Amino acid sequence: MRLRLDLMALIPILWLLSACAGEQSALDPRGPHAEHLARLFWIFLAVCSFVWIAVMVVLLIGTLRRTLPRPNPLSLDPAQERRSTLVVGGAVAATVLTMIALTAISYLSQRHVFAREKAAVTIKVTGLQWWWDVRYEADSPDQTVTTANEIHVPVGEPVTVKLAATDVIHSFWVPSLFGKQDLIPGQDNEIQFTASRPGVYRGQCAEFCGFQHAHMGLLVIALPPAEFQAWLKSQTAPASPPPDALQARGSEIFAAKACIMCHTIRGTSAGSRVGPDLTHFASRKTIASATLEMSRGNIAAWVVDPQGIKPGTNMPNVSIAPDELDPLVSYLAGLR
Amino acid sequence: MSSACRSAFVFAIAATFATMLAGCEREDRPLRSEPALSEGHEAIALASNAPGPGGPVEHKSGTRSEYEKVAFQVSQGKKLFTWYNCSGCHANGGGGSGPALMDDVWIYGSAIENIAASIREGRPNGMPTFRGKIPEDQIWQIAAYVRALGGFVASDVASSRHDQLYAHEGESRLASPPEPANRQPGLAQPK
Repeated sequence: MRLRLDLMALIPILWLLSACAGEQSALDPRGPHAEHLARLFWIFLAVCSFVWIAVMVVLLIGTLRRTLPRPNPLSLDPAQERRSTLVVGGAVAATVLTMIALTAISYLSQRHVFAREKAAVTIKVTGLQWWWDVRYEADSPDQTVTTANEIHVPVGEPVTVKLAATDVIHSFWVPSLFGKQDLIPGQDNEIQFTASRPGVYRGQCAEFCGFQHAHMGLLVIALPPAEFQAWLKSQTAPASPPPDALQARGSEIFAAKACIMCHTIRGTSAGSRVGPDLTHFASRKTIASATLEMSRGNIAAWVVDPQGIKPGTNMPNVSIAPDELDPLVSYLAGLR
Repeated sequence: MSSACRSAFVFAIAATFATMLAGCEREDRPLRSEPALSEGHEAIALASNAPGPGGPVEHKSGTRSEYEKVAFQVSQGKKLFTWYNCSGCHANGGGGSGPALMDDVWIYGSAIENIAASIREGRPNGMPTFRGKIPEDQIWQIAAYVRALGGFVASDVASSRHDQLYAHEGESRLASPPEPANRQPGLAQPK
């Protein structure tokens, strides 16, 4: 019975520990910057746990030890006084040394975290309520790539991210790859990171920014360098013309409705910069800033009732007739 | 302190807090408009609004107070005014190739219903129609902001001016109110 109870207690602990791994975890680092931060976390945890346990043990001893009444309470025992001085002095010295050591360790880690190398890719990320605008900088304007809510990076190469905001303060955080950095209107910040393994890592706005702060996610997709270059090349292309009559009808509806007031689809007359660039919309894994999986059903749900999915989002509910929905969704799903 | 005095004191404190709590719910922010009604279903109302002797006919409907008296709607309108490039012709309300929106000349009427109709249907000599392009609730939000530009809206509802329109540093970066001498002559005093 006793054993079973112990096992029962293990289940929630294992369940809690399982949350430490996965696509969005600072304790499951997938790059050198996150590794430094994770190492720092474990060192601090170990030192602070040791200090806490030591303090508790001393406190317990002090509470439980019986002190016998002395014959003359006013007399001083020189040996006892010396011992007390040693203990208190030793504890103060240990505290000072521990704090100096922790400060030195975190300083050394930060030197690595904030070190700058020559970047292979420079990306400008702008935080907006409640999505991420992503621009890949290039020497020539026609090679500039604009996308949203999804960042592709080459594995093993340093990536510089320039951070800006136009409305309120956001914070850019992909726990598996790097620590938080704020996006502040009027002040441009910059971070650098490297992904050491291919994979999909989830990030999240880490500074409360309004109604849909919780639904302001993004994905970082680390690809082998050759695949990354192929992806970048495919993204520079304008949208291909609709291949069939249904999608052609969808593109007409897109241009006739409120969609065109905010979105860009390169290669068409839609060129507004208020909302996310939709040129290669269907090539992304999620919609609405990592809120919904990419699927025809979710596109339809989002287009018909964005305010039901993300109340307060800047995409308005637009009236779409029942026979207009299928062409519109087909067109959007064809923007690969 | 006597018990009657103490209970009166407790009551006064409770009443103060209740009053403050009531202040939290100053206004509702209606987020989810009715999609089916959100655009294109308002009747076209151009005919009686033409300029000429007698001035424009002003329409009144119940919608006015839902937009013009809610600070959220006015500030949404301000944002949309920029996003939909109204400034391209109206230049932050000062007027350019389109008429100024902060003076007292209203060719097609200054009522919010008339302004909403101007946005929805367009007007001769350049104002395009946004019927079907801008959802109906956003048209009303922009109209409410245009009313605020014209000074028709209560001061606690009207949104503040864009930072870049001030002659001095942005309001958020000011340590203290600027000296009156620093302001450009002729500019309205910022609120």
